Amino acid sequence: MCDTCGCNVTHGNRHLIEEGGKHAHTSDDHVAIEVLENLLSENDHQAAHNREHFERHGVLAINLMSSPGSGKTRLLERTIDHLKERYKIGVIEGDLETENDAQRIRDKGVPAVQITTGTACHLDAHMIHQALHQTPLDELDLLFIENVGNLVCPASFDLGQHLNVTLLSVTEGDDKPAKYPVIFRAADHVLITKSDLLPLLDDFDPDNAGQALQQLAYKNPITLVSAKSDQGMDEWLNWLEAQQQQQNRQQSKGAGSIQTCL
Amino acid sequence: MHELSVCQSMLRQVEEIAQREQATSVERIVIQIGPLSGVVPELLQQAFTIARCGTRAESAELVTQTQPVRVHCLQCGYDSDAQANRLLCAECGDYRTRLISGDELLLASVELTKN
Ligand SMILES: Nc1nc2c(ncn2[C@@H]2O[C@H](COP(=O)(O)OP(=O)(O)OP(=O)(O)O)[C@@H](O)[C@H]2O)c(=O)[nH]1
Ligand SMILES: [Mg+2]
Ligand SMILES: [Zn+2]
Ligand SMILES: [Zn+2]
Ligand SMILES: [Zn+2]
Ligand SMILES: [Zn+2]
Repeated sequence: MCDTCGCNVTHGNRHLIEEGGKHAHTSDDHVAIEVLENLLSENDHQAAHNREHFERHGVLAINLMSSPGSGKTRLLERTIDHLKERYKIGVIEGDLETENDAQRIRDKGVPAVQITTGTACHLDAHMIHQALHQTPLDELDLLFIENVGNLVCPASFDLGQHLNVTLLSVTEGDDKPAKYPVIFRAADHVLITKSDLLPLLDDFDPDNAGQALQQLAYKNPITLVSAKSDQGMDEWLNWLEAQQQQQNRQQSKGAGSIQTCL
Repeated sequence: MHELSVCQSMLRQVEEIAQREQATSVERIVIQIGPLSGVVPELLQQAFTIARCGTRAESAELVTQTQPVRVHCLQCGYDSDAQANRLLCAECGDYRTRLISGDELLLASVELTKN
C-alpha cells in the first residue's frame, strides 16, 4: 500500500525515486533496491487496522501521553465522573508494571483493559490490537488509551488513535516542549495539569509553556486544568464532546468495511 | 529504548526483501532519519549491532542519512531551514508553518548479494 501511494515521499528523498528507478543494478550478483518505506510500517499497518475497528464501532479513540506522574489516571478518573452519564467510556491502561491504574478506573464503574505484554517504555499498535479484542467496543463511545509515562518513546508509535493529548504538569519545567518537541508537536490538545498547585510554585509560567509550544508551530488548544479543583475541566470536556460529535458526523457519512483480523 | 523495536521492525522488512530477491546476504541498509522522527541515529546504530545477529544482515553496514528540518510558512509562503524546537519561518518569523522535511523515518534502500 505504501509503496504506491507516495505518502512517504518528501523533499529530501524525492530524487531517489526520480533518478535510477526502483532497481538499480550494480553488478550481476549485487543488487541495490530502493524501498522508501516507513521503518515502522509493520506498526503503521496494524495501527490502520485498529483504526478500522474504532471506526466500525463508532468509537473515538484518544491517546494520553506524558511524563510519569503528570496526572493521566487522575484526569481520566475525573473525566469519567463528569461524562459517564452521557457517554459510554472504556480505557486501555498502559501501566505495564502494576494493575493499579486499571483498578482505579474500574472502581469508577468503567471497563479497563490492562496491557501486560511488551517492553516497558511505550505501547505499540499490536499491543492495542490484543487489548481491543478484550474491549466491549460495541458498547463504547469513547476509548481512552493511557500510554506509558514517558515523553520520548510513545511518540514514535501510531496506535490507531484519532487524537493525541499530551499532558504537562506544573511540577515539571515549563520548557519541556522545547526538550521533547516530538511528543508535544504530535498533540491535538495540550493540557497543563495540576493547575491548583500553581500558587505554590514560582518557577512554572504557563505563558512560557505556551511560547515553547508556539515555537514548535503548535496550533491546537492549550488548557490549564486541575483534576483536584476542576479548573479548566469544562474546556477540556467541551473539546472532547465536540470531537466526539464530529467523529459521529463523519461516521454516518461512510461506514467502512473491516478486513479479517490477524 | 524504543530504538531496538524500530531496529527489529526494520530488520524484518529487510529480511522480507532479501528473501523475495533470493539474496544470500545484505551488504548495506540505507535509512533516512529526521530530527523530529523521535529516533536517535546513534541509539539505532547501537541497537543494530545487537539486533542484526542471526539475520541475513549480520555483516551489513547501516548508513543513516540525516534529513534537514525545513518548514513552509503558511503566512508568507517562504520555505526555510529550522531547528527541531524552533519551527518558525526564517523570513517573517511566524509560527504558522508546516513541516516539509525533518520527521522522516524511512528505509531508503538495501544492497544485496545473490549467491
Ligand atoms: N494537586 C494535584 N495533584 C494531582 C492532580 N492530578 C494528579 N495529581 C497527583 O499526582 C500524582 C500522579 O497522578 P496520576 O494520575 O497517577 O499520574 P499518571 O500520569 O497517571 O502517572 P503514571 O501512570 O505513573 O505515569 C498522584 O498523587 C495524583 O493524586 C491535580 O490536578 N492536582
Ligand atoms: Mg497512570
Ligand atoms: Zn501509504
Ligand atoms: Zn482486529
Ligand atoms: Zn522506548
Ligand atoms: Zn513567513
